[in-house]
Amino acid sequence: MIHQVEIRDLNFGYGEQLVLKGINLTVPKGSLVAIMGLSGCGKTTLLRLMGGQLLARQGSVRVAGQELNHMNEAQLYAMRRQVGVLFQFGALFTDLSVFDNVAFQMREHTRLPESMIRDLTLMKLNAVGLRGVQSLMPAELSGGMARRVAMARATALDPALILYDEPFTGLDPISLGAIGRLIRQLNDALGATSVLVTHDVQESMKIVDYIYFVSDGVIVAQGTPEEIHASALPFVHQFVWGEADGPLPFHYPGPTLKMDFGDERGQA
Amino acid sequence: MNRATLNLWVGFFVLLGFLAFLMLAFKVGNLNLDGSGGTYEVVAHFDNIGQLKERAPVRSSGVLVGRVHSVRFDTLHYNAEVHMVIDTQYHFPVDSSVSVLTSGILGEQYVGLDAGGDDKMLKNGDEIKLTQGAMVLERLIGQFLFNKAQEGGTDKTSTDKGAP
Amino acid sequence: MRGAWGHGLRTVGDTTLSIVGRIGAVVLFLGQILRHSGTSFRRFGLVIREVYFAGVQSLIIILVSGLFVGMVLGLQGFETLQSYGSSESVGVLVALSLMRELGPVVSALLFASRAGSAITAEIGLMKATEQLSAMEMMAVNPLARVVAPRFWGGVISLPLLAVLFAAMGILGGFLVTVVMLGVDSGAFWSQMQAAVDFHHDILNGVIKSLVFGVAVSAIATFEGYEAPPTAEGVSGATTRTVVSSSLAILALDLLLTAFMMKGWN
Repeated sequence: MIHQVEIRDLNFGYGEQLVLKGINLTVPKGSLVAIMGLSGCGKTTLLRLMGGQLLARQGSVRVAGQELNHMNEAQLYAMRRQVGVLFQFGALFTDLSVFDNVAFQMREHTRLPESMIRDLTLMKLNAVGLRGVQSLMPAELSGGMARRVAMARATALDPALILYDEPFTGLDPISLGAIGRLIRQLNDALGATSVLVTHDVQESMKIVDYIYFVSDGVIVAQGTPEEIHASALPFVHQFVWGEADGPLPFHYPGPTLKMDFGDERGQA
Repeated sequence: MNRATLNLWVGFFVLLGFLAFLMLAFKVGNLNLDGSGGTYEVVAHFDNIGQLKERAPVRSSGVLVGRVHSVRFDTLHYNAEVHMVIDTQYHFPVDSSVSVLTSGILGEQYVGLDAGGDDKMLKNGDEIKLTQGAMVLERLIGQFLFNKAQEGGTDKTSTDKGAP
Repeated sequence: MRGAWGHGLRTVGDTTLSIVGRIGAVVLFLGQILRHSGTSFRRFGLVIREVYFAGVQSLIIILVSGLFVGMVLGLQGFETLQSYGSSESVGVLVALSLMRELGPVVSALLFASRAGSAITAEIGLMKATEQLSAMEMMAVNPLARVVAPRFWGGVISLPLLAVLFAAMGILGGFLVTVVMLGVDSGAFWSQMQAAVDFHHDILNGVIKSLVFGVAVSAIATFEGYEAPPTAEGVSGATTRTVVSSSLAILALDLLLTAFMMKGWN
């Protein structure tokens, strides 16, 4: 089986602190894989490593068989043309209209005539159901619409790999369902491979093929949605069912209650 | 903002800027002088140039005809060597004379050029032989006092002569 | 006591080091901009757009300020020169101060607070909202696509604005002294023309504003690009743009003036 993304024994950290420790992860071609975990567990860092915006300290990150660590800037930019990224809040260019946002990459990277760019852009917008807003500015869109426009933009050049960073954050339930369906549809229609970083378990369970759970920089569990659902691992159970306390403590590690509130304080 | 409107505005802006530059160059400045090719250079030696600076005006009958290009000390003749650039539209005879003058009482110093009567005209690199240096106030006063004293002396002798 | 002195001294040292470090960082950033400027010239439309935002939109403030500054110079100059009986020279005073100093410096200061801060805020917000990251992931270098066109837009705009400022100022001086105070119009222009030199006054003024344009644009884009991606980060960067640009303009003005004076005295 060919792997679109292959990560081996990856270590990464900012400064002294190690954020990701010994990550092993594969994303087969054509599949839709979710990486789940709590906020701040290193999911977004992992995504940036796949896009080559960060470089691994140890281990290897391969995209379409190519090792990112050994690439120079030009090769990195060439690789990125094959990758579409949906950022957390869309990250649409606020100084360009919806149409120009989607057409951006076509204009930057291709020499297509303007009439063809227009047709392609409208097709992409049509795929996300937003052909009608082409002349609006991003500031005039709702959160869900902006996210969909960003999806149209991310898939503008028919990328082989699409990375989604928290696509479900801050959306109402209806937009949420729509985005989820779109992610699946785009993946299958384009024959692309998608990696989804999220903490929204319920929504992503419905659409993904495989799930990795990351906690504290380590992959703690993995499996198909059915396996995860049935999993007896305490962490996964807590995560999937949204329990407040469990293996992942509700309290951030700190001084004991007694030290902060107790009467020894005066003596210490 | 429409692309065409935007380009129109920028074009208007750039044009306005260039017009202002041209106005500064021709109406405010003196581009017609000092322009490359439009001048010829002459040299003159003065025993004293006073406060004459580079870029000081060269005037003939009060009209600006050129500028002082450079001032240096001539170690051969032990005097000041002044190079001037004159606008090519003005021609002066080779026996013209130059003097360092002051505009007003406290004004800037400039070079006054008085035309001579020769048929031959000055060319690039020629020297103006007839020069009159700047007046120095101390020497002027000294000379004045000296003259006064001499005058007084001659007056006395004349009266002495006339008395008997 | 010694502790306080030591602390104060250390603060001075730290501040000096951080200022020198920041200047170095801006210069390195300038080098990067120049290296990525190819796109700006191949697709000049990008630069034209920025000339619109930096230049055309600063036009009103520059023209109005120039008019006022010129009028004030005319009034003050007339008042002072009249007591020496040479009120005709007021044109010289207005023109020389505008060409040599006030035109380049004041327009650069206005430009830094009007356009420079806007550039910083825009780039800073693009960074904070991940637009720059997104662009990088679309295989488009934000230095080439976002930063360099804004830099060149500023570099092109400022000299034009400075020239317009000076021209407007001379017009203002003319209005006040000739039209209102009755100075002879012929004397006003002829004395001005005799005293103002194209190379040493006008061209040097333009060169100054070109240098200021490079400095302000480099600082503004640098602060935006390096701004922490938060609301406070962007507002702090905007303030820093105005403060450091103003200081840079005045310091560079001193250097350039000294250099240019030495050139012709």
